[in-house]
Amino acid sequence: MERNKLFRDLRTSLIIAAWFSFLLFPLLVMKVSVTSGAALVRFRWERLPGIAVAAFALSFAWRRALEWNEARGDKPSGAGPIAALTARARSALAVKPIRLSVSAVLLAVVAVYPFALGMYHTNIMITALIYVILALGLNIVVGLGGLLNLGYAAFFAVGAYTYGLLWKYAGPAFVAAGVDPGWLFWIALPTAGVLAAVFGALLSLPVLRLRGDYLAIITLAFGEIVRMVLQNSGAVTGGATGISLIPRPWFFGLRLPPRQAATYIYYIAVALVALTVFVVRRIEDSRVGRALEAMREDEIACEAMGVDLVRNKLVTFSLGAFWAGIAGVLLAAQTTYINPDSFTLWESITVLMAVVIGGTGSIPGAIGGALLLKLLPEYFRPLAQYRMLIYGIAMILVIIFKPDGLFPRNRKKYTFEGAPSEGGASPAADGQEARR
Amino acid sequence: MDFFLKLFLSGTAKGSIYALIALGYTMVYGIVQLINFAHGEVYMIGGFTALIIGGLLFSSGMAVPLVLLLSILAAVVFSAAFGFTIEKLAYKPLREKPRLSALISAIGISMILQNVVLLAQTEKYLSFPSYLPELEFLRPVREYLNSTQFIILVTTAAIMVILTLTIKFTRMGKAMRATAQDKHMAQLVGVDINGVISLTFIIGSALAAVGGVLICSYMGQINYYIGFVAGIKAFVAAVLGGIGSIPGAVLGSFILGWTESLGTGYLSSDYEDAYAFVILILILILKPDGILGKNQKQKV
Repeated sequence: MERNKLFRDLRTSLIIAAWFSFLLFPLLVMKVSVTSGAALVRFRWERLPGIAVAAFALSFAWRRALEWNEARGDKPSGAGPIAALTARARSALAVKPIRLSVSAVLLAVVAVYPFALGMYHTNIMITALIYVILALGLNIVVGLGGLLNLGYAAFFAVGAYTYGLLWKYAGPAFVAAGVDPGWLFWIALPTAGVLAAVFGALLSLPVLRLRGDYLAIITLAFGEIVRMVLQNSGAVTGGATGISLIPRPWFFGLRLPPRQAATYIYYIAVALVALTVFVVRRIEDSRVGRALEAMREDEIACEAMGVDLVRNKLVTFSLGAFWAGIAGVLLAAQTTYINPDSFTLWESITVLMAVVIGGTGSIPGAIGGALLLKLLPEYFRPLAQYRMLIYGIAMILVIIFKPDGLFPRNRKKYTFEGAPSEGGASPAADGQEARR
Repeated sequence: MDFFLKLFLSGTAKGSIYALIALGYTMVYGIVQLINFAHGEVYMIGGFTALIIGGLLFSSGMAVPLVLLLSILAAVVFSAAFGFTIEKLAYKPLREKPRLSALISAIGISMILQNVVLLAQTEKYLSFPSYLPELEFLRPVREYLNSTQFIILVTTAAIMVILTLTIKFTRMGKAMRATAQDKHMAQLVGVDINGVISLTFIIGSALAAVGGVLICSYMGQINYYIGFVAGIKAFVAAVLGGIGSIPGAVLGSFILGWTESLGTGYLSSDYEDAYAFVILILILILKPDGILGKNQKQKV
């Protein structure tokens, strides 16, 4: 029986290998180049066996994985070695002395990081931390509110350009008055957050009636429009060339050299991440947070229970956007140069990926996802050109095999005693699944 | 008036290309309620396949009309194969999952396809040789309507008629309509819904491939990224007309083509790509179901 199945699997994989060799032949084996109007084609036969073998092996693995996934059924984080490990870690952390010492070690690592590893690594870490803030912010919208936002980079841009424009227009006046322009950073930080939140509220107005796919598309449109406006209003924003020589933040009257400035920005970023985590955690357990989650699960039931959906969506988008604005100021301060190319749709998608791969709705997930996505590519430079390819594959694998993400959220569960907890075939449970 | 007519005709040609791509979106959405983000990439792959196969055949000294025919055929076959494979790999395992999952998976596929082409071919813009013939009888009106535009119009119209007839009158078309209305019920009365879904992806991708070859001939260049913008615009067209509705997709595409053409002509060419998005936002605010879309009641 088992042997028959293996034989069948092997035969199917063979067919699939042949299919992929055919499918990918023009794109991977043939290579086109155009010289003086005529297309020339070169063959790269040496690739064909590789494609066939890879397709064979992957198809075999893929079928096995899908079977395993089906057999596992709807018990996402039930059993398995990883779940057991996290459960054990969780129970260990519940003990106070262990928790304290773990946090102390973590804090120490974070504190000495820039001194131990130097400027290069500090700068990479700052970028990663900026993405952590972005992912945490987007997590409010996507994870808590269940509203897919593909235009998140627009708010990021609003933040960065707030600082950039503030510098461009108010900077000279500051310099003339003898005040260090680095001051502007501290003015820009709250301003950008609030401005981005206003933009978020603006975006939420047209989307109040929309859900799901339409929402994704309209936010995408919004993001692209903002980018195009930045790109085409050259007189104000510098157009495609952007704004350069943005000052780094000022440190109590001192203008820091780049190395110290990086360390300083690093600490600001760490502090902002801590602040974000704190606020997001507070939101999660608050009345607003529970209303958001209710909206994610079922809008109609939510409205029937008296939750104001309009206000809810407004709050979600503004809260999410606020953090993107803050992250934008950090980006402008770190790179000292911004242009519209930093805020494309792919930026939005990268942040979304961090949220999804880490675990939608989970704070450790957003942090872990953003760090993974930003740090791994930096340390695997030889693979840099395959980055987007790998991201795409990772996204599909996670969504199919681990929809809860790598660091899933520990959801609060209430169970009735005596009620059947397994099975889930009741119509109510089905309805909830379908609408999520 | 002269200027207007020119813009109007070029908008019509543009619109008919959007229509070819938008049909794929609308058909897939009608049947599985999924925005197939990778559809634009399938169209781009159609263009690349035509460039590669066409180049190969042309350099072997084949006659131009035959090169054109075979390269379109190759584009259609390979794009259809890609559409079929994408559905099986990335969407089928997620069919019973929340809709957001399939959308994210679609974005993933889109990234993979773009980067496969980028890595295996080139990141540069390649000039796309036009194998389309120069039509003699259009010579007097060439300033208004050139041969390429004319061929695009005629091809799109022909495909539209064939598609409508197929869906209206064949057994296969009936099965598709049944699946679109109610998947489970269709299955109960014996419709092979897996087959229907695969077929929908195959037809949609084949149409996108035709669109790919035509638009690349029209623009005269190709790049791994062209699918993305065209895909988004075609999607806007589909939403504009009412997603899920085939005549709606065509109507939406023409409206979009005209708006872009007139907008770039009379307003500003800097915002060419933005017009589509502005229209999208307006239509979704004013009439979220699109011009010809059915009002979808929410079920509790």
